[in-house]
Amino acid sequence: MASGIKDKVAILGMGCARFGERWNDDAASLMVEAFDEALKDAGVEAAAIEAAWLGVGFDTQNVGPSGIPMSIALRLPNIAVTKVENYCASGTESFRGAVYAVASGACDVALAMGVEKLKDTGYGGLPVRSRGPAWDMSNVIGSAPGYFAQLAGAYRARHRIGADDLKRAMAHVSVKSHENGARNPKAHLRNRITEEQAISAPIIAEPLGLYDCCGVSDGAACAIVTTPEIARSLGKKEMVTVKALQISVSNGWELQGMGWDGSYVHTTRIAAKRAYKEAGIDKPRAQISLTEVHDCFSITELVTMEDIGLSTEGGAVKDVLDGLFDADGKIPCQIDGGLKCFGHPIGASGLRMIYENYLQILGRAGERQRKTPPSLALSHNLGGMPSQNVSSITIIGAAGA
Amino acid sequence: MGLVGIVGAGAYVPCRRLQRRSAADAHAWFAPGLKTLAKGEKAFANWDEDAITMAVEAARDALTGHDRAAVSKVLLASTSHPFADRQNAGIVKEALNLPDAVGVLDLCGSQRAGTSALIEALDLARAGHRTLCMASEKRNAKPGSETELTSADGAAALLVGGDNLAAELLGTHTVAIDFVDHFRAEGRRYDYSWEPRWVRDDGYGKIVVSAIRDALKVVGIAADAVDHFIAATPMRGVNAAMARAVGIPPDRVVDALMDQMGDSGATHPLLMLVHALERAKAGETILVVSFGAGCDVLVFRATGKPAVGGLGVSGWLARRRPENNYVRYLALKGELELESGMRAEFDQKTPLTVLYRNRRAVFGLVGVRNPQTGAVQYPPTSLMVGETVGEAGPQEPHPLADRQARVVTFTADSLTYSPDPPCCYGAIEFEGGGRMTAEFVDVDPERIEIGTPMRMMFRVKARDTLRGFTHYFWKATPDYLAVGGADAAQAAE
Repeated sequence: MASGIKDKVAILGMGCARFGERWNDDAASLMVEAFDEALKDAGVEAAAIEAAWLGVGFDTQNVGPSGIPMSIALRLPNIAVTKVENYCASGTESFRGAVYAVASGACDVALAMGVEKLKDTGYGGLPVRSRGPAWDMSNVIGSAPGYFAQLAGAYRARHRIGADDLKRAMAHVSVKSHENGARNPKAHLRNRITEEQAISAPIIAEPLGLYDCCGVSDGAACAIVTTPEIARSLGKKEMVTVKALQISVSNGWELQGMGWDGSYVHTTRIAAKRAYKEAGIDKPRAQISLTEVHDCFSITELVTMEDIGLSTEGGAVKDVLDGLFDADGKIPCQIDGGLKCFGHPIGASGLRMIYENYLQILGRAGERQRKTPPSLALSHNLGGMPSQNVSSITIIGAAGA
Repeated sequence: MGLVGIVGAGAYVPCRRLQRRSAADAHAWFAPGLKTLAKGEKAFANWDEDAITMAVEAARDALTGHDRAAVSKVLLASTSHPFADRQNAGIVKEALNLPDAVGVLDLCGSQRAGTSALIEALDLARAGHRTLCMASEKRNAKPGSETELTSADGAAALLVGGDNLAAELLGTHTVAIDFVDHFRAEGRRYDYSWEPRWVRDDGYGKIVVSAIRDALKVVGIAADAVDHFIAATPMRGVNAAMARAVGIPPDRVVDALMDQMGDSGATHPLLMLVHALERAKAGETILVVSFGAGCDVLVFRATGKPAVGGLGVSGWLARRRPENNYVRYLALKGELELESGMRAEFDQKTPLTVLYRNRRAVFGLVGVRNPQTGAVQYPPTSLMVGETVGEAGPQEPHPLADRQARVVTFTADSLTYSPDPPCCYGAIEFEGGGRMTAEFVDVDPERIEIGTPMRMMFRVKARDTLRGFTHYFWKATPDYLAVGGADAAQAAE
């Protein structure tokens, strides 16, 4: 019987490039920026890395195919470099590859990198893309805001919540993330906004307004992982280990079957349940002390609070408005600004979330550091659309937690 | 020879109605004479409609309550066929999910293509065929022309056979004369027209009038025995003048619907026939005349059996959205290219092998059903979906196009490129099971909610402008049958 990943792998070092509209940088230079920071943090040379994973969402728009672009950018010592793509969970997917490699004993030190260079498309938002010829023929080629906006109406219908009440809770989600992003030097958006601004912003996809949508950014983030024993031998005293790593992928039931009402994300519920089991967590609201969830849109963050069990079903609106997830609340969410303000370079986002959780656990988050460093921190990605998606949950924590 | 005639009838009129006043006002500086036509409204196709999609809707209307499997021939008449070489009627056949073993044929070439197709269908009926005969037009008219104000888009469909007749054929008469009142060469977008007074005097006044007289002789009835005189001339007073010339009493002249929709070209005589059949009583005589490179005359007698089982012309006319924005009319009709942004550059290439493999699912909207469990799924896959693992049970084809659906999720997306923004879409669930994500058309986003009843329509999904290919698929619109047409028309904008 498999025992799961808990405490088998430690994070040796992490790095994260400044996110934003990096007009003068390409994917290679963004990766180098993150990698340099991670090497210094880890205290090892690039030659120590034995295998690497690269997560990218829109490869045709930036790095191109295969693992070669990263091997060249970082001048890696001809090791195996595997490129992975799993929508917005691509960064977490690369982390999973590196963590599993170390846990299996196949190698001692592995690298997980995520990168995205989106600001070479010529327009705002994510690139319009095919989802395969058969899909394109009988489906709607919509936009990310359009896909996720559908959560809102279904959520309102399910829980009988007024449009204005939900819109106010969604505004609170975004106001909070802007407040947090303002304190983060690496964040893409560092401006503060008011609830009124969020509510009265132009509509992108009904009912999501401009401030309900996250930024589209350039950026890279990475992690170097090893075993706890090796980390200790390299002199790491305060250690962060992986407690759980779960990915759940839609099998078509939500859209093609009957029973899903569109008000929640089926796979997130499954991934969270499996992750809590793997990490030995039975009361998430009491035990999880920090979260970074996939707030591509304010409504996604709100619904995710229920899907990962921090709010009861239908209870997220109240919890959000009560400030439970604010930076000074009981369980802060997006203390670094989140996708909303740190930015969302697709392939990098999963690793950026783990980076922030890692910094907070080690007490290294600067101006935005929680007074009591969190012990167990959760990150969540959601790729695709509510009706068909890839959902990932990663839980990391202090070695003894 | 047994009797032949019309078994069923249907129509389709697009819901957008350009207020002629708004067009005339926009042109007042340039063509002030247009103000004489600035009354009433014209029906025009949305950007995602063409002669094929409108024919499909008219055919579905006509086939309401009839066995589709009995159809052995499919005729589509139009002077605006979307494809020069890809059978247009064949696409309609796929959308209607008719068996492969049917004859399909496109007809074109003149404004009487619709009536000529009907004459062919009646001949086929004598040979034992049941024919779906359609006429459909999406008419291009040069901005600022009289035709812009008088023309319309629309489709009509007649189910023609030898039994269960709603109208029996009494006789037909045709003359072919190369009288060029207007023409449009291959590759040209607009008609070129000669002086209307000549067309009125020598065309309608002589060619048509003498053809009607000859037809009455062939059939052997007196002019005053005609109860419904159907002529589609958009020129003011001409239809009544022709009736007067042959001795048909003026109260028998059928309304050409110029105020409500305009002249739908080769469609229009058939569309007016469908309209007349909606109210023709048993024993009444209907004479249809159409003009274009000659003249067709057809004479029918209504049997009293209802011809129209669907919405018919009246129902579709009631489903209307007034359009006061002349610029939007121009853009939706493809007369004005607006800046669409880079999102519109997405390559819409259709892989034809994929299309062929999936043609029943894509064109016919046919899903699958497990007869043991009753589970329905769209699109079909080898393994049917289950909540946790797949189901390898038996599958049978399950057509979804004519089932009512309800909205499960919905958004009005202003980011996604659409020629008719915002792009509305969401998940829908069909009566009896089965779900899909569908684009919503002809909707007022304010009036869509979770649970709103919807009905499918065959539309253009994407135009590959680089290669000239059109990809068709089904979209959802508020259920016009559930509310009797009128209320699904949505609010004016």
